[in-house]
Amino acid sequence: MPGKPIVEARGIHKHFGALHVLKGVDLVLAERELVFVIGPSGSGKSTLLRCLNRLEQPSSGSVVVDGVDLLDPRTDINHARQRIGMVFQSFNLYPHMTALGNVTLALRKVAGKSRSEADALGSAALARVGLADRAGHTPGQLSGGQQQRVAIARAIALEPRVMLFDEPTSALDPELVGSVLGVMRDLRESGMTMVVVSHEMGFARNAADRVVFMDEGAIIEEGTPAAIFETPGHERTRAFIGQIQRH
Amino acid sequence: MSNWDRFVETFFNAKVMAKYLPDIAYGMLVTVELAALVIVAGLASGLALALLRSLGFRPVNLLIVFVVDLFRALPPLVIIVFIYFGLPAVDVAPSGFVSTWLSLALVLTAFSEEIFWAGITSIAKGQWEAARSTGLSYGQTLMNVVLPQALRLTIPPLTNRTIAITKGTALGTVVAVSEILGMASSAMSNSYNPSPLTLGAGAYLILFLPMVILGRWLETKMAWKR
Repeated sequence: MPGKPIVEARGIHKHFGALHVLKGVDLVLAERELVFVIGPSGSGKSTLLRCLNRLEQPSSGSVVVDGVDLLDPRTDINHARQRIGMVFQSFNLYPHMTALGNVTLALRKVAGKSRSEADALGSAALARVGLADRAGHTPGQLSGGQQQRVAIARAIALEPRVMLFDEPTSALDPELVGSVLGVMRDLRESGMTMVVVSHEMGFARNAADRVVFMDEGAIIEEGTPAAIFETPGHERTRAFIGQIQRH
Repeated sequence: MSNWDRFVETFFNAKVMAKYLPDIAYGMLVTVELAALVIVAGLASGLALALLRSLGFRPVNLLIVFVVDLFRALPPLVIIVFIYFGLPAVDVAPSGFVSTWLSLALVLTAFSEEIFWAGITSIAKGQWEAARSTGLSYGQTLMNVVLPQALRLTIPPLTNRTIAITKGTALGTVVAVSEILGMASSAMSNSYNPSPLTLGAGAYLILFLPMVILGRWLETKMAWKR
């Protein structure tokens, strides 16, 4: 594994009441690494992702991102979260603000930038995702693909060290998926560390360093995309890959 | 005298109207004062309670729900009478004006708390998560992301409820507040003619029609393009 670890999640357990969703998961990422997490729905992959910025509080285990122990009660979680960008399946843009307003809110309120500084940084972030000309549009005036790119701009404007993607293309019409994957590929090339929960196998094959297969709250196996997709070692992995390739 | 003339003589008697116009105008002033104070106090404390409730302290929330349900269930007139005639027993003697204001403000607090609360809870969880994931605190998310959206949703029901409760200022007549209805009914008994009541109705229209129109305007203005 190249470089020093930037994300270190160890022994993560998560219970929702009687439900044991994560059963001792370890996930370690080196800087500039792109890890794909795949698995059937209910396997715990989204929960694992949400533990990495403490949107979900693990029942036990440890999560250290960029040297900050997220589960330490003394940690200023709002400060730490600036360094961990997150993109959601359903975009979750603020509908009452323009694209630029969406991108600059945290710059002003969390990073403490003035309005003009924030506007400059926000415009630059929108330009990075190819939406400089949509700054004044509200989410309702944008296509799904554009909305998701604004959501990516909202995260990268804060200059995160790690980006978490939770099924970023699952809610998109097929013809809009490409534009979002294009932005993710650019991010990848700029050296961003990324954890991606997704079933975009083509993208995983081209861009991922590692693919992690999860089932029933545990990591079943992991390896290079070629290893996982062509020669999976585990019966459950094989069955799952077979299923998603049929689609 | 035809029926029509009798009708005009009874309800639109110009002489009576001219004589009591200043009284009704004074009543309007009192009603405006009372209504404004009810709206400001009722909406402000309703919003404050809804925000307090969003913090999720169980004992506090149970108390809020209890008080809110109480004041939503009691008829405003009962509360007015209770405050005006009941409180002197414990050596607090609010005037008719204060009793009416307090009662209606409490009722508006109760209803508006429920409306604000419904607005806050109707905002999708994803909005909270997106904002928190960028490092915004709970309070910053509430004030910048959730509340602006919630307030837009609450404007139509809030306007309706505010108008309905503010019209209850007429109940002040029971505890001798000289608002529109009180002035109109005493003018009516002095003049043996119901024309002052017509004036009163006109005064209510002048006061409340603009509120209805304002509510409609706010509703369209604050809608964002979806």
